[in-house]
Amino acid sequence: MSIAIRVENLVKQYKDVTAVDNISFTVEKGHCFGLLGPNGAGKTTTIEIMEGIITPTSGKILYQGKQVDASISQQIGIQFQHTALQDFLTVKETLNLFSSFYQYTLEQESLIELCDLGDFLNRDNRLLSGGQRQRLLLALALINDPEIIFLDEPTTGLDPHARRNFWQLIKNIKARNKTIVLTTHYMDEAEQLCDDIVIMDQGVIIESGTPHQLLSKHFGDVFIYLPKTQVPAGLITEHSWQIHGERIEITTTNVEQTLTLLMANNVPLDGLHVKSANLDDLFLHLTGHSLREDK
Amino acid sequence: MNLKRFFAVFKARNIEFFRDKSSLSWNLAFPILLLVGFSFIFSGDGRSAYKVGMVVKAAQSENKYSDGDLTKTRFIDFIHYESLDEAKKKLSRHTIDLVIDSQHQQYWVNEQSAKSYLVERIFSVQLDGYSRLETYGKKIRYIDWVLPGILGMNMMFSCLFGVGYVIVRYRKNAVLKRLKATPLSAFEFVSAQLLSRLFIVMFMSTVVYSGCNLLFDFFMLGSYVDLFIIGMLGAFCLISLGLLVASRSKSEELIGGLLNMTSWPMMMLSGVWFSLEGAPPALKAFADFLPLTHLVAGARKVITEGASLNDISYHVNILMIMSIVFLSLGAYFFSWNTER
Repeated sequence: MSIAIRVENLVKQYKDVTAVDNISFTVEKGHCFGLLGPNGAGKTTTIEIMEGIITPTSGKILYQGKQVDASISQQIGIQFQHTALQDFLTVKETLNLFSSFYQYTLEQESLIELCDLGDFLNRDNRLLSGGQRQRLLLALALINDPEIIFLDEPTTGLDPHARRNFWQLIKNIKARNKTIVLTTHYMDEAEQLCDDIVIMDQGVIIESGTPHQLLSKHFGDVFIYLPKTQVPAGLITEHSWQIHGERIEITTTNVEQTLTLLMANNVPLDGLHVKSANLDDLFLHLTGHSLREDK
Repeated sequence: MNLKRFFAVFKARNIEFFRDKSSLSWNLAFPILLLVGFSFIFSGDGRSAYKVGMVVKAAQSENKYSDGDLTKTRFIDFIHYESLDEAKKKLSRHTIDLVIDSQHQQYWVNEQSAKSYLVERIFSVQLDGYSRLETYGKKIRYIDWVLPGILGMNMMFSCLFGVGYVIVRYRKNAVLKRLKATPLSAFEFVSAQLLSRLFIVMFMSTVVYSGCNLLFDFFMLGSYVDLFIIGMLGAFCLISLGLLVASRSKSEELIGGLLNMTSWPMMMLSGVWFSLEGAPPALKAFADFLPLTHLVAGARKVITEGASLNDISYHVNILMIMSIVFLSLGAYFFSWNTER
C-alpha cells in the first residue's frame, strides 16, 4: 500500500498556545484515516494545515512525496466543520457554482446520486435540514473527483438516523478507493469508518494504529453488567466486583467461565449486558478524561 | 483570470441580491421615498399665489403708468423687472408665471408651465388687445437639484454596505474560507464582487431614475450617457472604498462602525442636500477628499448645466485616481480568513 500523505514534525503556534506540537504520521492511499480527540485537541488545525488553509509554524506535508503547493486545491476535496452556504442559491446552483472552479468535475448526475441530493435539488440552501446540508457539503467536497477527501467532523449536530445515512455515503466513497482523512470526536464513527486512527490530545499524538490493534493492545477484558438485586452480596464481595449505581460491573477475560460461575450460583441472567471495550474506553484509559469532555 | 470562475461568482452574487426581496425592495423604496418626500416638502411656495413679472423701465414711474385692475388681483404677486431678458429668463425657469410689458402691449407665457397657462386665463380680459408671445423652458425645482444627491447617496450606501458587509459576513461564516479551498483566486473573487455590485447599483439606479422620471419629469440639460458614465465611475470608486474597508475585518460590529464612519461624512458634506458654495474653505477642502462629492457635483453639472464629461474632467479624474488607490490598498490588505 503506497503512502498518500506524509506529515512530518508539524508545529502550529498561536501566540501563547501550541495548537499542534511536533506531530508526524502517514496516511495510506485508499484508507480512511481518523484524527480523533476531544474539542481543542488540535485536530482541526492539523487537518487545515494538511489542506493548505493554514500555514504551519514548522514541519512538512508531503502529498505522494511532493511538497504541497497551490495546485493541490484541484486534487483534494474539503468539507469544513463550519461552512455557511451562499443564501438564496439552490442546491443545483451551488453545485454549478463550485463546478465552475475546477478543470475536471464529476458528472453532476452521478454526484447527485452518490450524495443522495435528488429530492431537494431545487431547494434554497437556507431551507436545508442538517443532514441535507452535510450531504450537499460532501458533494461540494467530491465535485472535482478528488483522490484525497478531508472531512472535518462531518456528522456533528446530526441526529442518529442522519449520521448513519452519512456513514453509508462515506463507505460508498471509500469503496471507490478514495483516501479519506476524517476528524471526529464520535468514537462509534471512527470504529465504523476508519482503517487507521491517530488519537490527539493537547496538540500531541498519544496513540496510533488500527482501531482493532489499539483495543487489543490496551484491553483484554470484557465487561459484564447485571442488575444489583439479582446478585448475592457475598458473591460480589468474594470476587471484588464493582457496583455502579443499580448495576454490578464484572471485568473478565473469559466470558464463558464467568457466565458458568453465575449460573452455578443460581444468579438469574435477566438484564445481562456484555460489552467489549471501545475507543471511548481507550481514550479514558489513555488520558484519564473522557473524549467528549470539554476542557 | 479564469473567466468561467469569474462569471460563476458574478452570477451567484447577482442571484443572491435579486432573490433577497427585503433588501431589493429597500434599495428601490429608499430613494423613491426620499424623492417623493422632498417633492411634497418643497412643492410650491406654501401659498396659492402666482407670480407675474411686470417689465417697468427705470424712467417710468408706476404712477405715470397704471396697470389698472390688474395689479389689484389678490393672491398674485407682481414683481417688477427693468430688464425684459431677465424677466423672460425667470419665466423660462418657472420662477415666475407670466411676464407683462404693458408699455409695448405684450405679454409672454411659458408654454411648458401649467401655472403660466392658468395665469394667462385669469388675466384674459385685462390682456385683451395685448400681443401674446411665448417662451419655453423647464423648471429647475429643488427635486431636480437634489436628485443626483439622493441617487448618489443611495449608490454610496449600496456600494459600501453591499460590498463591505457581504464580504465580512462571508468571511465570518466561512464562505470565504470554503472558496479559498477551491482554485478560485482572490483576484477573481474580488473582481466578481466588484462588477456584480457595479451592475446591481447601476441597474437599480437606472430603474429608480427612470421610474421617478415618469413621476417627476426631471430636468435634464446634459447627456444621459455622460450621466451614466459619471455614475458608474462614482459607483466603482465607492465599491473600491467598500472593499478596502472590508479587506481584513471578521467582525460585523466593527465593519458596521467603519462603514458608518465612512458614509456619514459623505452624506453630510458631499453636497447631497445643500450646495457647498458658501461653505468655509477648510470644509470644502475636506469634502474634496470624499468620492461622493465628485460623483454628486459631476452628475449635477451634467443635469442642471448640460456639462459634458470634458467639462467635469476634474471630477472624473479624481474619481479614477481614488479608485486606483482604494483598489490597490484593498488588494494589498485583502485576507480570505484572518487567522486566530
